Amino acid sequence: MTSLSLRAASRATTSRAGTRRIRQWPGRVGWTVLGWVVAIAFFLPVLWMVITAFKPESAAETWPPKFAFSPTLSEFSSAFSNIGPFLTHSALATVGSTILVLLLGIPAAYALSVYPVRRWQDGLFFFISTKMLPIVAAIGPLYVIALHTHLLDSIWLLIILYTAMNLPLAIWMIRSFMLEVPNELLEAARLDGAGRIREMGSVILPIVLPGVVSTALICVIFAWNELFLAINLTTTNAATVPMFLVGGISTEGLFIAHLSAAATIASVPVIVVGWIAQRSLVRGLAMGAIK
Amino acid sequence: MAVLDGVAAPARAARVRPRGASRRERWLRRLPLLPALIYVVVVTQAPFVVTVWYSFQSYFWDIPGGAHFTGLSNYSAVFTDPAFRGSLLRSVIMTASAVIGAMILGVLLAVLLDRKFFGRGMARTLIITPFLVMPAAAALIWAYPMLDANYGLVNFLLAPFGVNHVAWLSTQPLLSVIIVMIWQWTPFMTLIVLAGLQSQPPDTLEAAKVDGAGALATFRELTIPHLRPYIELGVLLGSIYLVNTFDAVRLMTNGGPGTATTNLPFFLYQKVDYAYDIGGAAAAGVVTVVLTIIVATLALRMFARVFRFEEARG
Repeated sequence: MTSLSLRAASRATTSRAGTRRIRQWPGRVGWTVLGWVVAIAFFLPVLWMVITAFKPESAAETWPPKFAFSPTLSEFSSAFSNIGPFLTHSALATVGSTILVLLLGIPAAYALSVYPVRRWQDGLFFFISTKMLPIVAAIGPLYVIALHTHLLDSIWLLIILYTAMNLPLAIWMIRSFMLEVPNELLEAARLDGAGRIREMGSVILPIVLPGVVSTALICVIFAWNELFLAINLTTTNAATVPMFLVGGISTEGLFIAHLSAAATIASVPVIVVGWIAQRSLVRGLAMGAIK
Repeated sequence: MAVLDGVAAPARAARVRPRGASRRERWLRRLPLLPALIYVVVVTQAPFVVTVWYSFQSYFWDIPGGAHFTGLSNYSAVFTDPAFRGSLLRSVIMTASAVIGAMILGVLLAVLLDRKFFGRGMARTLIITPFLVMPAAAALIWAYPMLDANYGLVNFLLAPFGVNHVAWLSTQPLLSVIIVMIWQWTPFMTLIVLAGLQSQPPDTLEAAKVDGAGALATFRELTIPHLRPYIELGVLLGSIYLVNTFDAVRLMTNGGPGTATTNLPFFLYQKVDYAYDIGGAAAAGVVTVVLTIIVATLALRMFARVFRFEEARG
């Protein structure tokens, strides 16, 4: 009797679980559809940019917009023929500033975490407070300073300024990775008589390396995309890719396909970097506050 | 539960600063910090000192003869300039509406991405992409292929709803720029809120379910309070970046029509690049910085709270 009722009860639960699973199905499908509709809606402008970039100019300016056309690379090749120097300048400014950020930022993060200086909080907050001062406010004097130091329109100027722009973020982020180094490892290294430099090189750096890489990728994103400083302080010798988008595209006659090709070339490097750094993106953007 | 522990004290024995550490030890600790500290002080603070200096000078860099002292005249010009006040106001409007809009969408998208569904990883990748697009490129895509009055995709998609070849950039310039800002920054808010959602202890949610709480009640009573620091963080960081918005303004509307979209960065850009007015730009810059410091002091206080600031014990 008891066993029978138990079995009945268990059958009842199974069937209830079964109906729940069946009832969940439409929900699951609904979420999938909703998720994909929203994702594609958000991605649509990017998709449209890439589609338009493959159009011949005559197919880009039509009403209604054309979705079927014979794709061509001609707008890409014409954009590529002009964008070359801009790509070089951007690459130099981006890579140069990112290297400098790491050279300055890794030791600083170390001094704010592993062997913290006195009043390390003040240091941290000083760095973040510099992000709050709008650099736009000092743009006039920056121009004059650059003029007098003969740095106007030079890659070095961009490297110097992009480093200052990304350094606070990098210090916060790398510091958050260094705080995760297990204490036991540091103590073991100390017992082995490792000095601080060896401890840094053989214990800390190998562990925080993935974090350093994702920090670097985020610095690359911000430096590559920067326009305000470039537009004010460079003209030709150091003009970067965003500058090409401002001045390098004639908006006379038909230009939408050409513009889309240029925008695609300009955006793709950072989109790829961002997709790679996706997992650590949120941590970097939150300056290490969120794991 | 150390989720938001950006400023968590390095709490281990070795990391706590020793009392009465030797002078040598103190310098040994300070040394690695100094290059970065000096660098940031020189590169980010020196220009502001020079800005204060030039704000008392009349200096048009296209006029030979250099700068000369003019007292407070640049400041009285700034305070009586309706263009400056207008651009200040538009900066506030643009930043606030973009941050709020992006945060509302960000919460919705995060809730969506928190569900399990087929191809969620791919959907997440697509959703974060707008944030990665170069802002200058994003501005161009929206200005022409998307919002063009004659050929734009937006007008085509809205045509069934009775929208007929609207010239968005001239009839709704501010809205157009704000929409692009929201489009670019929603992914940022989504990622931060999503991190918050995923850090929710599952047993609390389970307990709420066992207690018979509905999904909506659970969200309101448990999830929202849990998300609060994440939302504050997103608003704070988003504001820091969005207040400097320049690319969309320059490339979509060039500050116009008239001054309809001239925000502070664009105003200062015009002063330097077109009016060659270093003194005037400097005075406007100083006023901006003073206002920013007031806001930033409040923001930093919030920041400390958000990061659950812990005093170093030692």
